Amino acid sequence: MNLTLVTDHDTDQAVRAASPLAVRGMTVSYGQTPAIFSVDMTLRTGAMTAIVGPNGAGKSTLLKAALGVITPLAGLVTVFGGAMADMRDRIAYVPQRTSVDWDFPVRVIDVVMMGMYRRLGLLGRIRGRHRALARDCLDRVGMTHFAHRQIGQLSGGQQQRVFLARALAQQADIYVLDEPFAGVDAATEKAIVAVLQGLRDAGKTVLAVHHDLATVPDYFDDVVLLNTQVVAAGPVADTFTEENLNAAYGGRLTTARADPESVAG
Amino acid sequence: MGAEFVALSLPPMVIGVLVAIACALPGNFLLLRRQALIGDAISHVVLPGIVVAFLLTGLVATGPMLLGAAGAAVIAVVAIEAVRRLGRIESGAAMGVIFTAMFAGGVLLLEQSDTSNVHLDVEHALYGNLESLIWLDATGWASLLDPVALAGLPVELSRMVLALIVIALFLWLFWRPLALSTFDEDFARGLGIRTGPLGLALVIMSAIAAVAAFDAVGSIIVIAMFICPPAAARMMTNRLGHQVAWSCLFAALAAVLGYVLAGYGPLWIGAGASVSAAGMIATVSGIILGVAAVAGPHRTRNS
Repeated sequence: MNLTLVTDHDTDQAVRAASPLAVRGMTVSYGQTPAIFSVDMTLRTGAMTAIVGPNGAGKSTLLKAALGVITPLAGLVTVFGGAMADMRDRIAYVPQRTSVDWDFPVRVIDVVMMGMYRRLGLLGRIRGRHRALARDCLDRVGMTHFAHRQIGQLSGGQQQRVFLARALAQQADIYVLDEPFAGVDAATEKAIVAVLQGLRDAGKTVLAVHHDLATVPDYFDDVVLLNTQVVAAGPVADTFTEENLNAAYGGRLTTARADPESVAG
Repeated sequence: MGAEFVALSLPPMVIGVLVAIACALPGNFLLLRRQALIGDAISHVVLPGIVVAFLLTGLVATGPMLLGAAGAAVIAVVAIEAVRRLGRIESGAAMGVIFTAMFAGGVLLLEQSDTSNVHLDVEHALYGNLESLIWLDATGWASLLDPVALAGLPVELSRMVLALIVIALFLWLFWRPLALSTFDEDFARGLGIRTGPLGLALVIMSAIAAVAAFDAVGSIIVIAMFICPPAAARMMTNRLGHQVAWSCLFAALAAVLGYVLAGYGPLWIGAGASVSAAGMIATVSGIILGVAAVAGPHRTRNS
């Protein structure tokens, strides 16, 4: 019996070592009720994974707890088998647009430069190659011409592109995005998907909270169906089934399908 | 003109400028973090802290004053949190209740205690004594190069220089994480920036500015300088570095212009005596804010 447990432990350690981002037993609570409970999640290298679930399912909470933005009650996170604290340089993060102060006196190009903070440090000089990288990242999301605008003067879609450019400037191996398509125009959604798929094709790993069920099979390879706990997780083809969706959304799925916006957030 | 100016007007002007800039610097970040009220709260709770420190030690010295002010600030933070939780009152209102009550308590304490032989009274707490910070050893501009005369400069001057150096060093060193965590806290935490301790350090820097300035200029200027120059500067530019530079310029302008207007303004319009420099400096900073609000190139907001 003991032997089996040890073997299970070793197996999981091997699984986590091979995964770019693995979460075990993640539990977060705001007050009395848990927002997420004992969530396990294992990303595949070079795959795009969607976290899908109803309002209040804990999707953003799972992302934030995995990245250490909020402190969980319990849970283990490994990045390429190592501790998050040692691996932060390998993760790029695009938070929800609503979490940002759009009035802040900062230009688009300065926002992109923020992605290089860990390389520049507190006082590192900004050199020509840093500026060139920032311009290149803006170019990849089609925002070169807006480099000197104040960030709040852009539309929602343009702001989201700039945030993606900042994540690109982090030059990471894992890209974690919280609702990247919320409140953006169709052209921006297309542009963002193209960039993300380009990252995946270059061997990077992408994880995104997503609220539009209709586009999950088109955009993503893997899916995690979340409703406080993990309902199902795996490749879209096997996991994104009527049965699992009903289990995740309960009776709300019909409304969700009719009006994708109603499951946003 | 020279000797009189150097001895009587130059020191208070320079101290005024130092105070204004020391408060405006952290004020920029407090304002952008929607925490401008914290500067207000700190400069109010400093009073009871200083009075208690005086009653305990019988001294108006920097060390005990700083300790007393720091103790009062800690009590204020705990009390604000208690009112917010127990009274279910939003934090802005809780802050308003606590700092007003503590300031009033400080005033009562001050009236009841014998402070007749030191510079400590209610008026002093509000307006300070900027005009009295004179340099008796000065005989002219040449005194600026005379070590013996320089030793006789008001102690408030060196205290403010020290406070300003500490605050400027802090902002220079932590500029990037401060900007990042103010603009986008989640992203900053994702980068591993410890936003909690950083925010606390910013509040401590504001407290250093408020305490160091309090004795020289009183709370009116401190409160005005935490908010007015940064708020006016925000309307001049859309870049953080430029905003901070503008705020320093506005702060210095308000200090110099306010001091001159207080001293000579009433004479120009035929009135008799001069008016309080602290009051005039705060008024000028308010006027600068008003002008920026009407004519600044970046007045529009987008959120």
